[in-house]
Amino acid sequence: MSIVTVQLGQCGNQIGFEVFDALFSDSHCPQGLCSKRENEAYQASCKERFFSEEENGVPIARAVLVDMEPKVINQTLSKAAHSGRWKYGQHSCFCQKQGSGNNWAYGYSVHGPRHEDSIMNLIQKEVEKCDSLNGFFIIMSMAGGTGSGLGAFVTQNLQDQYSSPLKMNQIIWPYGTGEVIVQNYNSILTLSHLYRSSDALLVHENDAVHKICAKLMNIKQISFRDINQVLAHQLGSVFQPTYSGEGSFHYRRNPLGAFKDPALYTSWLEPVHAFSVWKTQRAFSKYEKSAALVSNSQFLVKPLDMIVGKAWNMFASKAYIHQYTKFGIEEEDFLDSFTLLEQVIASYCNLGF
Amino acid sequence: MTQSVVIQVGQCGNQIGCCFWDLALREHAAVNQKAIYDEAISSFFRNVDTRVVGDGGSISRGKICSLKARAVLIDMEEGVVNEILQGPLRDVFDSKQLITDISGSGNNWAVGHKVFGSLYQEQILEKLRKSAEHCDCLQCFFIIHSMGGGTGSGLGTFLLKVLEDEFPEVYRFVTSVYPSGEDDVITSPYNSMLAMKELNEHADCVLPIDNQSLFDIISKIDLMVNSGKLGTTIKPKSLVTSSVGAFKKRQEKPFDAMNNIVANLLLNLTSSARFEGSLNMDLNEISMNLVPFPQLHYLVSSLTPLYTLADVNIPSRRLDQMFSDAFSKDHQLIRADPKHSLYLACALMVRGNVQISDLRRNIERLKPSLRFVSWNQEGWKTSLCSVPPVGHSHSLLALANNTCVKPTFIELRERFTRLYRKRAHLHHYLQIEGMEESCFTEAMSSLSALIQEYNQLDATKSMPAEELPRLSVAV
Repeated sequence: MSIVTVQLGQCGNQIGFEVFDALFSDSHCPQGLCSKRENEAYQASCKERFFSEEENGVPIARAVLVDMEPKVINQTLSKAAHSGRWKYGQHSCFCQKQGSGNNWAYGYSVHGPRHEDSIMNLIQKEVEKCDSLNGFFIIMSMAGGTGSGLGAFVTQNLQDQYSSPLKMNQIIWPYGTGEVIVQNYNSILTLSHLYRSSDALLVHENDAVHKICAKLMNIKQISFRDINQVLAHQLGSVFQPTYSGEGSFHYRRNPLGAFKDPALYTSWLEPVHAFSVWKTQRAFSKYEKSAALVSNSQFLVKPLDMIVGKAWNMFASKAYIHQYTKFGIEEEDFLDSFTLLEQVIASYCNLGF
Repeated sequence: MTQSVVIQVGQCGNQIGCCFWDLALREHAAVNQKAIYDEAISSFFRNVDTRVVGDGGSISRGKICSLKARAVLIDMEEGVVNEILQGPLRDVFDSKQLITDISGSGNNWAVGHKVFGSLYQEQILEKLRKSAEHCDCLQCFFIIHSMGGGTGSGLGTFLLKVLEDEFPEVYRFVTSVYPSGEDDVITSPYNSMLAMKELNEHADCVLPIDNQSLFDIISKIDLMVNSGKLGTTIKPKSLVTSSVGAFKKRQEKPFDAMNNIVANLLLNLTSSARFEGSLNMDLNEISMNLVPFPQLHYLVSSLTPLYTLADVNIPSRRLDQMFSDAFSKDHQLIRADPKHSLYLACALMVRGNVQISDLRRNIERLKPSLRFVSWNQEGWKTSLCSVPPVGHSHSLLALANNTCVKPTFIELRERFTRLYRKRAHLHHYLQIEGMEESCFTEAMSSLSALIQEYNQLDATKSMPAEELPRLSVAV
């Protein structure tokens, strides 16, 4: 069962590299803290999921790299090749010369249709290399122009072309303060479009990961590399192979009992249906014990509400709108996005406890 | 990667342009040790095999043979351009990319715009098309000129309309040197006013500069250099104003040092598009983020540091000082005080060993003392480029769309009005074919409308931010 990763834009490509690197490092870690047979099964499973058959013994990531300007992709390809341990496919990238200018409309309405065939062909080629396709993992940011706009366009296409495999988008929530001035516009347009075509949105907030680097890891001068590596570590621990159910593994003290507290869940959801445990004896990334939690909860309401609020405030003054209408995204499209996201917020808020 | 073409018009434009090419070569020489013609260099230079006659000499890869600037040099007098062509940079310029005349524009915008405009329109188009053809993907035109004279001001702005019509997809970034109070060109208010209308209507982004500010910055640097603080020395190569290591001979005129500052501005502006970094910023992102409404496209710039102290270990305290300086009125390239006016948007372009946490720490620190317009409270655009400028370990270019440009425009209007009221020197303009009084009155209206927009924004400064009701939806 394989996953095809699509990395879009600077953020998507920078993170994508760290994810594959983390997955590879972990799967080839000699100290699995488990039986040899166990370790081999783990390695084989990870390999099948994320890498394809080697050329001269070097595994090739099952990935398609897309960016509208060449610098980041060039860097990403060479970093992978330099490591000597794994690499990206020679022909797995699609690149243009001029970026999307932080303009969602440009990414979605200009680059999207223009390069649709080339990009979808690349993805198709990667899909054909899989014995059986589990799904797509699309890595993108919301704040810029390519990851956000072109990412939304590509996800839509994947929905149309491959309706049964799972489409999961890893979206990077920008820092609350300034990476890109029009980040709130780009974010609401991205979210409203992904809402219609993605199966799951896995969210990482730059602010939250930054705090982890600062407070938990005590890194003094935090770089994007540090942030991306924390992210990759988290994703790796979620994606690596595990077994479901209770199995034969028991913990001495069951820390997971807390998750069976019905107070955590809505009235119409039984804890036993809401909470699933996946375990493996095999250690992740040399940690003797580790746990990763993926949840669907109201955690997103506050950040989402904040972004919608700021975008709405800016929209009321019509600032920057001319940059979007220039490429075919009209005020109507903004209003549709606002409406949809307000509904999402309301739905989450009104989860009947 | 995209390419940009620099169009330098008039005496001022060409002198600044010359400094720019000099610095650009220096920068690429420092970064590109193996002399391979790469994408970064190709943004501003062509690689040409000079043995090939005619046009076929372009080489797209491999070793650098001979670099030719992607530039068009325009001047209606020959003095400055001739000096460039006889100087050490003569091989950098393509002799076919020049447009010169002998008589000059006589500090008359109308002569530059109407007379020379129509006379040279075809030639200009031809040279521009040629430049564009040599580009794989042309993204931007950088126009460098002054506002107060005749050629830079008149012909320079005539160009803008031509560029807009012929290359509508290509950005037009204009670096305009505004006349200072003590300008010795009597008609500079007329020239500047007429040019402003063109900038309002046909430029994508304008970076106004004024000579007085540049001069003040230079004086301050000289003071620091000469005061010799105990235990510190300033690396001569690191002076933003310095021509040390330059191809040109170091000249004593202060203009050289002043032009170097502007040249550095352009270099830093394009650094994140040319070189790699963890958070890139392309040129099209500048106007996307900093121009909320098409009219309001004037960006106040500041550069720091202006020199580097010799001690190599830069603790983060010094780094933070760099950020503080960027917002001080002493570091702005026009007479403006952004801290006490209203920000519409602000971009911080950082080069060198600076990480995202340094950037964020400083934004958090400086934010409370700055006022942003209510609909853009978090109006920051940032970029991190790994390659520092030559002689520095890091640098910061701040671009602000801020109402502090207003005083410059108001002053310009006042000086114009004082002259126009007396109808002084008007006949020099009106006698040119195509010029009428309406040209002046329209220009005045255009500027007044712009000032009014800034006024309206300033009026909101003290008002509390209005919380607009959100859409209510049925669940």
